[in-house]
Amino acid sequence: MYKDALATILDDSGKAAVSRRSFLMFGAAGAGSLLLGPGSAQAAAKIKSSARIVIAGAGAAGLAAASYLANRLEGAQIILIDARKEHFYQPGFTLVAAGIKQSSYVVSSTREYVPGGVELVEERVVEFDPEGNKVVTESGKPYAYDFLVVATGLKLDYDAIPGMDTEQIGNNGLGSIYHSPAKAEATWRAMSDFADKGGVGVFLRPGTEMKCAGAPLKYTFITDDHLRRRGNRGKAEIIYNANNKALFSVPIVHEKVRMLFDERGVKVNYERILESIDLGKKLAVFKTPIGPVELQYDFINVIPPMRAPDSVRNSPLRWQEGGWANDGWIEVDKHSLRHKRFDNVFAVGDVAGVPKGKTAASVKWQVPVAIDHLVATIEGKESTAHYNGYTSCPLITRLGQAMLIEFDYKDNLTPSFPGVIAPLEELWISWVMKTMALKPTYVSMLRGRA
Amino acid sequence: MKELDPLVFLSVFQEMLGPILLWLMILVIVAGTVAFVALLFKERTINSKRLVRAELAGLVGGGLALVLMANVSSSGFTDAGGPADWFLIALVFGLGLAGMAILVYTVMGWRSRPTA
Repeated sequence: MYKDALATILDDSGKAAVSRRSFLMFGAAGAGSLLLGPGSAQAAAKIKSSARIVIAGAGAAGLAAASYLANRLEGAQIILIDARKEHFYQPGFTLVAAGIKQSSYVVSSTREYVPGGVELVEERVVEFDPEGNKVVTESGKPYAYDFLVVATGLKLDYDAIPGMDTEQIGNNGLGSIYHSPAKAEATWRAMSDFADKGGVGVFLRPGTEMKCAGAPLKYTFITDDHLRRRGNRGKAEIIYNANNKALFSVPIVHEKVRMLFDERGVKVNYERILESIDLGKKLAVFKTPIGPVELQYDFINVIPPMRAPDSVRNSPLRWQEGGWANDGWIEVDKHSLRHKRFDNVFAVGDVAGVPKGKTAASVKWQVPVAIDHLVATIEGKESTAHYNGYTSCPLITRLGQAMLIEFDYKDNLTPSFPGVIAPLEELWISWVMKTMALKPTYVSMLRGRA
Repeated sequence: MKELDPLVFLSVFQEMLGPILLWLMILVIVAGTVAFVALLFKERTINSKRLVRAELAGLVGGGLALVLMANVSSSGFTDAGGPADWFLIALVFGLGLAGMAILVYTVMGWRSRPTA
């Protein structure tokens, strides 16, 4: 009887939510099946396919895509291409630069997350040829594909800031948390030194799209808090330079941050983009509507312009016109993540040319949608999966508190715990989630289990 | 976090605690509960003197749970900023209290079997 019931559920696997609920109704037997593995109903209904799928990039998005594909398909050849052997848990970089975690907290290896049956090629893709359905790696080896998932991430364009030298991060008041785990730790040393002495702290964000637009704000709040805890806030001036007329792209969040900055005495300049920097003189030059403006700093957190990697930017995959064409983001439908011109190409994660978040939370919700569309195509079906732009940002407002901000393409707040965790309230529980639950959830996502 | 799925919870807890600690904790909880219920059935009464001692130990357990929470989250209950935080503090304290009280009551009960 149990077998019959199981078969019924498996037939129903397309409706995962319903089938999971049915599973639960089997009491002990059902619970046992639940423990077998992730998405049991889904996993059991693997689709046989001989498709050759190339995933370019093995960061959060690439690994999650590989896991989802491996869970859904049987017999498909899945090739994951990325030269970097280390895996970085990027949402933790702010915590490292805040002095809360060591750099080892954010470093692991790519290989430990590669699912069984997926081939990892430790090379970099240098050329995308969507007309010829192939990519070419650094060594000149071509990889033909039936489907391509682009998850290369983005390029931190430090070279676009004259005078910037990433080697100097950590020295002479220069910080930059995005660069790498080591530089995030170096930034912490520079910021801590600033918190001891006081002076002028300069914060900013680039004029391009960027990953986790909340991070520049968080780091401003964290620096303010370290100064206060050491009794040196009176000796310091904190200046935040927004690239446009808002502190955050979601208007209601912008207003809240504006109020908090006002309350904490953070001076805000709008429409200022870092143009060049003189590390010796500790002088930053900003592009503004009234011409270049110089700012002397004692500590600066440089966030470089962010663009698609050159291999993507120089390929036919990028947007052909509009604001995203120049920086090379991939032209995908924002709800399906499928390329608008090449049907068998998808882009997930930072490199996708969609509005809003370039965050791990975006990846978490983009990947299942993109993979569902890809698998549906293999099956000759249409997928109804739809990505609404959901992303989230635990916006740290001081050590021990954060605002759990979640939103979508339409600038709506989309709280996961309405009535319990208020999105615009500074709460300890949101901080606890950021420090305790986020990394395990992230790793579960890489393994295709969350 | 749009849907709550028991599998996701299990997976996240496994990543958080590591497989050994997770199953060890589940084992302690299950074994402790079974031993507690078995004790109640065997004695067919609640020993009030033992209960008071267990509850006192429970208070310490609640405190320890809060200290543990503060350690792993690099923060503490002094960072509470709203009702959700007070709820979390009460929950952590309550779980520590109940867990410790039940464990102590059970251990004391089984150890004092000869006199019962």
